[in-house]
Amino acid sequence: MAERELMYREALREAIDEEMARDPTVFIIGEGIAERGGSYKVTEGLLAKYGPGRVRDTPIAEAGMIGVGVGAAIAGARPIVEILYVDFAMLGMDMIVNQAAKFRLMTGGEGRVPFVMRTQGGTGGGVAAQHSQSLEALFYHIPGLRVVMPSTPSDAKGLLKYALRQPDPVMFLEHKHLYMTRGMVPDGEHIIEFGKGDIKRAGTDVTVIAWSNMVPRTLEAAEELSLQGISVEVIDPRTLVPLDRAMILASVSRTRRCVIVQEANRRGGVASDICSIILAEAFWELDAPVEIVAGLDIPVPFNLALEKASVPQKDDIIAAVRRALHESPVARAAG
Amino acid sequence: MNEGKPIQNAPSREILEKIFRTAYKIRVFETEGIKLYRQGLIRGYFHPYLGQEGIAAGVCAALREGDFIASTHRGHGHCIAWGASIRKMVAELLQKETGYCKGYGGSMHIADISSGNLGANGIVGAGTPLGVGAALASQVRGSDAVTVTFSTDGASNNGTFLESLNLAAIWNLNFILVIENNGYAVSTRIDESTRDTDLYKRGIAIGVESHQVDGNDPLEVHRVTMQAVKTCRAGKGPVLIEAKTYRHMGHHVNDPGKYMPEEELAHYKARDPVDRARAALKEMAGFSDAEIGAIEAEAAAEFADAVEFSVRSPEVTAESFAAFAQGY
Ligand SMILES: Cc1ncc(C[n+]2csc(CCOP(=O)(O)OP(=O)(O)O)c2C)c(N)n1
Ligand SMILES: [Mg+2]
Repeated sequence: MAERELMYREALREAIDEEMARDPTVFIIGEGIAERGGSYKVTEGLLAKYGPGRVRDTPIAEAGMIGVGVGAAIAGARPIVEILYVDFAMLGMDMIVNQAAKFRLMTGGEGRVPFVMRTQGGTGGGVAAQHSQSLEALFYHIPGLRVVMPSTPSDAKGLLKYALRQPDPVMFLEHKHLYMTRGMVPDGEHIIEFGKGDIKRAGTDVTVIAWSNMVPRTLEAAEELSLQGISVEVIDPRTLVPLDRAMILASVSRTRRCVIVQEANRRGGVASDICSIILAEAFWELDAPVEIVAGLDIPVPFNLALEKASVPQKDDIIAAVRRALHESPVARAAG
Repeated sequence: MNEGKPIQNAPSREILEKIFRTAYKIRVFETEGIKLYRQGLIRGYFHPYLGQEGIAAGVCAALREGDFIASTHRGHGHCIAWGASIRKMVAELLQKETGYCKGYGGSMHIADISSGNLGANGIVGAGTPLGVGAALASQVRGSDAVTVTFSTDGASNNGTFLESLNLAAIWNLNFILVIENNGYAVSTRIDESTRDTDLYKRGIAIGVESHQVDGNDPLEVHRVTMQAVKTCRAGKGPVLIEAKTYRHMGHHVNDPGKYMPEEELAHYKARDPVDRARAALKEMAGFSDAEIGAIEAEAAAEFADAVEFSVRSPEVTAESFAAFAQGY
């Protein structure tokens, strides 16, 4: 199929644009998204195309914005609520956790909440503790939510289009470092179902599981390791809920070694949960303990050197891969 | 509402000098800070307080030791008006361990708890409940300390505004909410985010004494704050003060602010709070040009000294970071 190179933010815009054209109930609200086109320029041009009824600026009122999004979704529309930073989504947690996530079950399966919250997280050059968090684990923990974390323009587009067609509340978590990254995106209707991971690089010696901005970082590490003769398989679940367990278990069973990389701090994180799944389902396939590379269990400091030190870097991933490779039952017995 | 009542008690020479000194110091800090930002010495966010200096200067001159302030993402001015060390502020912006927050906080998080400055805040609207909380703590401890939260037009549309101001009201807290209404939240004009752009009315709606003042008139700001402080210390708080003002530039250093109409900007620049504080000092306290020049030179020298101090300050070390990260 033909494809074009797009920036992540352009791919997101195409997804919104195409879905707005296709489905008149899709609309988007957020701070500075209309005239200004959003802080990350994702919504540029949409106001001119779809008008102020479907592309609306809001006051700084996250609890209200998220809440009306959930309400509109329950009533049959397909709202996208853009929250500038995932950190600010914390103001709307009641609406996400107690309303959106619970509604389907509480109504015996009749009520659905096709609500999409687009936001972004992660560290990004000294924006400090309240603008740098990776909070996917909070949403991951809540049954009823879908958690999506695309790492490439193609995935961003395909997953957002799917989000706007499926029936459940979606936490669509972008990364501030990715908006300007480029990648090939298939022409035509491009939709990626939730729950289908992607092998970003095939390899045989060790599986590294990563998502969001940790994917490009892991690919750099894998490239460097390949020059040293180590073949790394990089897999990206793309959606954390639902999680492509089958892909993870198949890859780990093939390579017999696994490293999980997350930008979020380690405690109570998604990596720990994926690790527990691997240990429960593929323990006997492993030749080494599962390694987790994660952020430090501290808020992200402003100082750039400390910011860097508090989230996984390429060398941290390389070191973890090496540990996973050098650790073997044989070496241990001999050791 | 106060509609330009004549000044009953002209402020003292000391107060006039203090207000100008503070406003000018803020002007220097922001103007020079932006230059440092452009040179790449400052990273992350930097929201200049240019054009709004008269509010922080006027309000803080009405407070005393033992009081509290809470601030916003645009917080440099409040911090300076509260009497902060310029050295420690610049060092913070330069990510140094000698900064107010040891380089961990940055522009949006400068705080000085020991002096009663609860700090700037990266979350719009968060300062209001925090400030009400400080006022509550004062009441519980039997202190007559007053807490001022500097807030914004943007924050007034956030739920925290109503929830916390209402608490302050039902408990008669010594709390002053200063809403700096600069007409914009980033590029969103106030009339796009609220129907009634007179924000002080929201206080009246929940039974809170509320005033609207020209935020570009530092003396008027000071006069109304003095009254508000008196009301609070008499146990009749809270008080809301809406100060109408305007930014001299975009939302943050890298925002060209193209959405700000030229005439509007010109209107407010012609009512520059720093110029007005300077004029008041001359006209009402008889300061000479030379005396004023000396104050200005002092502010410039203090900033230059702070930059030198900060550049010379050692970088944060891995050891201190490791120690700091313990216990989380
Ligand atoms: C809860 C929250 N939502 C959004 C933001 C992003 N943001 C930072 S400043 C700002 C605009 C603030 O406008 P206003 O409150 O009027 O203050 P001003 O910048 O005019 O001083 C926004 C939207 C934030 N920091 N916190
Ligand atoms: Mg404003």
